[in-house]
Amino acid sequence: MTDTIRAIPDRLQSPLERRLKSWETLLFAVAVSIFIVNSFTSPYFLNAWNLSDMTFNFTEKAMIAFAMALLIIAGEIDLSVASIIALASTAMGAAVQVGIGTPGLVAIGLGVGLLCGAFNGVLVTRMGLPSIVVTIGTMSLFRGISYIVLGDQAYRGYPSDFAFFGQGYVFWVISFELVLFALIAVIYFVILHKTNFGRAVYAIGNNPVGAEFSGIRVARVKFILFLLTGLMSGVAAICLTSRLASTRPSIAFGWELEIVTMVVLGGVSILGGSGLIPGVVIAAFVMGLVTFGLGLLNVPGIVMSIVIGALLIGVIALPRLWDKWRS
Amino acid sequence: MKRRIFTSMVAGMSLAAGLMGTSAMAQDNMRIALVVKALGIGFFEAAAEGAEEAAAELGNVEVIYTGPTDTTAEGQIEVINSLIAQGVDAIAISANDPDAVAPALKRAMQRGITVISWDSGVNEEGRMMHLNPSSTALIGNTILKLAADHMPDGGQVAILSASATATNQNAWIAAAEEVLPNYPGIDLVATVYGDDLSDKSYREAQGLMASYPDLKAIIAPTTVGILASCQAVSDAGKIGEINVTGLGLPSEMAGCVASGATESFAIWNPIDLGYSATMIAHALASGAVAEPGAEISTGRMGSVTLDDTNSAAMSDPFTYDASNIDQFKDIF
Repeated sequence: MTDTIRAIPDRLQSPLERRLKSWETLLFAVAVSIFIVNSFTSPYFLNAWNLSDMTFNFTEKAMIAFAMALLIIAGEIDLSVASIIALASTAMGAAVQVGIGTPGLVAIGLGVGLLCGAFNGVLVTRMGLPSIVVTIGTMSLFRGISYIVLGDQAYRGYPSDFAFFGQGYVFWVISFELVLFALIAVIYFVILHKTNFGRAVYAIGNNPVGAEFSGIRVARVKFILFLLTGLMSGVAAICLTSRLASTRPSIAFGWELEIVTMVVLGGVSILGGSGLIPGVVIAAFVMGLVTFGLGLLNVPGIVMSIVIGALLIGVIALPRLWDKWRS
Repeated sequence: MKRRIFTSMVAGMSLAAGLMGTSAMAQDNMRIALVVKALGIGFFEAAAEGAEEAAAELGNVEVIYTGPTDTTAEGQIEVINSLIAQGVDAIAISANDPDAVAPALKRAMQRGITVISWDSGVNEEGRMMHLNPSSTALIGNTILKLAADHMPDGGQVAILSASATATNQNAWIAAAEEVLPNYPGIDLVATVYGDDLSDKSYREAQGLMASYPDLKAIIAPTTVGILASCQAVSDAGKIGEINVTGLGLPSEMAGCVASGATESFAIWNPIDLGYSATMIAHALASGAVAEPGAEISTGRMGSVTLDDTNSAAMSDPFTYDASNIDQFKDIF
């Protein structure tokens, strides 16, 4: 009820006012303050190479987070992304053993990602199963295959030019991964905010039945979103495998929750229907800044998880409390 | 409005940068990072204790004890990145994955950081040297010596191993057989395999007691086998007649030592391991060179010599008995 009242205000805010009060502005302020706090607490923070190293903490996760944001906006979710990384990485590792070169490896990584995404997509859109159930299942399935193939072994021996994806620098401290991250951010910004497809994603998230009756092919859009998420997991698998120069079945373990955290922190409603790509970009930096800043102070990892959790709850709860207090 | 925010931000940052210069200069201790598989594991907490001991002995050394929350390679890489950023002098790591952490450690070495691995090693390209807790020859000798120490008149001993295909155990047993002539009067009558299963090991130990009534000692170079043998000896009422020894964990073996079924047993000592790793990291960061054949001093532990792969063995496994078991049983 309150939602409908808020949707029809008696006075429209000016665009500037709206922008200043937006989630993204709040998040940006949080990012800047973390940046400043970090600069004061650690003498090692403001250093180009160190800041460049920091970006590796989030670039791969953020690539998937963009696709995940679209999926969550459309009211679905994919919890199998980290397992897709494991499977794609295992496939690439197996390919290395039979002597396939870098272009082939990239194709295999992307291909396995797409196949896994398609598998999820078919189960959700054709069989009408809830995506959370399907992807919890495939989360075990995909990683399970990696464990069967590898056991306690590892694939290594990746070609030296393959190392560029995860360890290469395009210009000075600007890593290839950071450039790729920026490029993917722009692509997803255009897809979500400038195309009919993006409008369809919002429409489906807000009201799937209404979207269907408006002539949007809901199942097809959702299927494409699962494909995209699989594809981005493949891209992340290439970068991470290249960075580690080896594959073990435990690769990227637990990333799915960090990626969902990033998306939600970025202002995407977990119930679907709203959220912006710039928010996810800032959220990626916030998480990277927090973990790296605390890492510089040698704060134990478990405290870091607590801080991230508190940040997530805090950033989401505070605006609600503020609204309540004012009304 | 926006510009003002930006200006104040820049001002804040430059102020921060100014402050940093001063605090960075106050830093002249050598900083050695002890990176473990995961925080909150007794074995590694004990290693950190040893590292602090070494730091106190060396003086002007600060130990940074750190590691990820769970035993993942990605977590360790984030930790390594932050240590590179801090410009620590040395990293001593027990790796979750010998391959995955190597690229990050290689980068650390490129930035002038001394990198060694200990306990769980890193590929050769990712470290300057690796410190093994012990070596095959030392372990083989120790398990035999532990039995012989409590058999002044000699007698029969038997070995209860893990599986017949277990690489580690087979190597240790072969090493023990090689030094057998050094222990006159000790007669190795049988080697049986309990497959590292409690019930099978228990039955094999019973079988040994039935087949060799004069048996004086059972040597089990496996944590499962030693515990099962101790149980079998206690249940048969042969405490005092048959001494169970080998490699075991203090937390599991405390009961056996208390009952007298086990006089003493061995395993690497995590405190010594952390101590030696810190000593070596300090030596290498102060200019010592890690190359095959090099000898590096490890303080109260003596010294280690590097082999062809730049690996070294710390010492004999540490012996645990009634005098020190209580101190270690809570650690690991």
